Amino acid sequence: MLTSADLDTLLLTFKVASIATALMLLLGTPLAWWLARTHSAWKGIINAVVAMPLVLPPTVLGFYLLVLMGPAGPVGQFTNWLGLGTLPFTFPGVVIASVLYSMPFVVQPLQAAFTTIGEQPLEAAATLRASPLDTFFSVVLPLAKPGFLTATILGFAHTVGEFGVVLMVGGNIPDKTRVVSVQIYNHVEAMEYGQAHWLAGCLLAFSFTVLLVLYTVLKTQPVTHQLK
Amino acid sequence: MTQPITASFKLDYGAFQLAVNLELPGTGVTVLFGHSGSGKTTLLRCIAGLQRAPQGFLEINGHVWQDSEHNIFLPTHKRPLGYVFQEANLFPHLTVSANLNFGLKRISQPPSPMEFHHIQELLGISHLLKRMPDSLSGGERQRVAIARSLALKPEILLMDEPLASLDIKRKQEILPYLDRLHQQTRIPIIYVTHSLQEVAQLADHLVVLENGHVLAAGALSDTLSCVDTPLAQDRDASTVWKATIIAHEADYHLTRVTFAGGILSLPVIDAEIGTPLRVQIYARDVSIVLEAPVFTSILNVLPATITGIVDDNRGRSIVRLLVGDQMLLAHITSKSAQLLNINLGMAVFVQIKGTSIIN
Repeated sequence: MLTSADLDTLLLTFKVASIATALMLLLGTPLAWWLARTHSAWKGIINAVVAMPLVLPPTVLGFYLLVLMGPAGPVGQFTNWLGLGTLPFTFPGVVIASVLYSMPFVVQPLQAAFTTIGEQPLEAAATLRASPLDTFFSVVLPLAKPGFLTATILGFAHTVGEFGVVLMVGGNIPDKTRVVSVQIYNHVEAMEYGQAHWLAGCLLAFSFTVLLVLYTVLKTQPVTHQLK
Repeated sequence: MTQPITASFKLDYGAFQLAVNLELPGTGVTVLFGHSGSGKTTLLRCIAGLQRAPQGFLEINGHVWQDSEHNIFLPTHKRPLGYVFQEANLFPHLTVSANLNFGLKRISQPPSPMEFHHIQELLGISHLLKRMPDSLSGGERQRVAIARSLALKPEILLMDEPLASLDIKRKQEILPYLDRLHQQTRIPIIYVTHSLQEVAQLADHLVVLENGHVLAAGALSDTLSCVDTPLAQDRDASTVWKATIIAHEADYHLTRVTFAGGILSLPVIDAEIGTPLRVQIYARDVSIVLEAPVFTSILNVLPATITGIVDDNRGRSIVRLLVGDQMLLAHITSKSAQLLNINLGMAVFVQIKGTSIIN
């Protein structure tokens, strides 16, 4: 059975994932919109930076974040100057690391959805007196809904499943940074295979359900509408 | 709106340059005609503000929409226009009714329910309101798109080849609606097409574009009969006369119509006396004789004056004639032109072998 410590890690994991997903949607939407529409020379560079966590070992990303956010790093000095202390081994630190780590899973589906919408509905909206911002909310958002669903599910699920980055940036502090994947590691280290089974099973069931929803329910609704 | 439209644009895409300077009438249908790559759609998009010409001046109904010298550029959504795209471009996530209402929420003086209803009736879409765009035919979609732009009571209606993506049957389904639109609204329309048929049917005013430049512009029959445009040299070159039915000769299955240059006998038309219509006369159906023929099977022989001759160097002469107050185009062989020794100002007779009636 799950112990109360295990339940705490589950709760913390979902808290991290929820906050991180909300932040990723907030930041990722304008970024994906810009990437989908710009002809700027920066597009390639930004695309590469966003996609980096897909290929980088999580420990590498975690290592650099640790250095950057630590007392000697520029980000750490800045947060210290603000009177916030340093971010490593804190809950906000884990959330920030998660946002960077899972960002491509949010930005890429959104970018694809925005690209597929194309120029035509935007032009139609402009000829019908809708300002660009108005058009974004009244035309782009509804047309990109399947893209947003995919982005939300993938971003959330991927954050739940992270391990390396959290261990590097967050450490292993109960109720602060000890998420499920770290707790499983702890159980295995302590030879508590029964406990590990329960938690691992939870994540397995969760991941499968999420992907099942993605590929069956959302499949019935094409990722992007064709404009008629 | 009766004030003329001033539109002048210059833009340079390297391979394509647009340089036009036009004064267009503020009423009726102005057709921008040209082959693909002539710049007609680019010109329309510049008028709509969908494309921004670095150098441009545009004044419509007394309001300046663009003046690059004073750095004025009204974004599209602030221009009181209607735009109909080649593809209907309806919002796929909204019903027909919601599509029609999309712009209404965003204007200060929406049409009254009666006006709104009238627009739906004019385009014959009242029965489609609850449908989704996906479930409509191409022709229905285009009619909804036209109604959607008309509902905003635009000061000008811009139409970019609205029939080009439809098959012949659907075209025939929409043309009558466009005719009604033409007759029942006072909104000036700028209509882009590469179809001579649509020109003949809809245009009051014609602008011919080629390689981003204006080849000819003016009233329909004047422009159609400009002998040195590709339009006049086309195999299907024609002129269009506006006429009115004055009598029916039931015995002969003929109808007589009057136009600014005289009277024509046409195959019987099933319409009342007084009905206005457009008569299209293909240049290849017109022949020239020096004296009024006494014995001829051709009914329509009219006195005319030659006002222009161009030889296409391939054995054909394109002749422009004045019949009464109307321009007429004739294609004859260069040999005939030489044998008859025709020249400018000469009084001749034209024999019209065939005509076709549009609307």
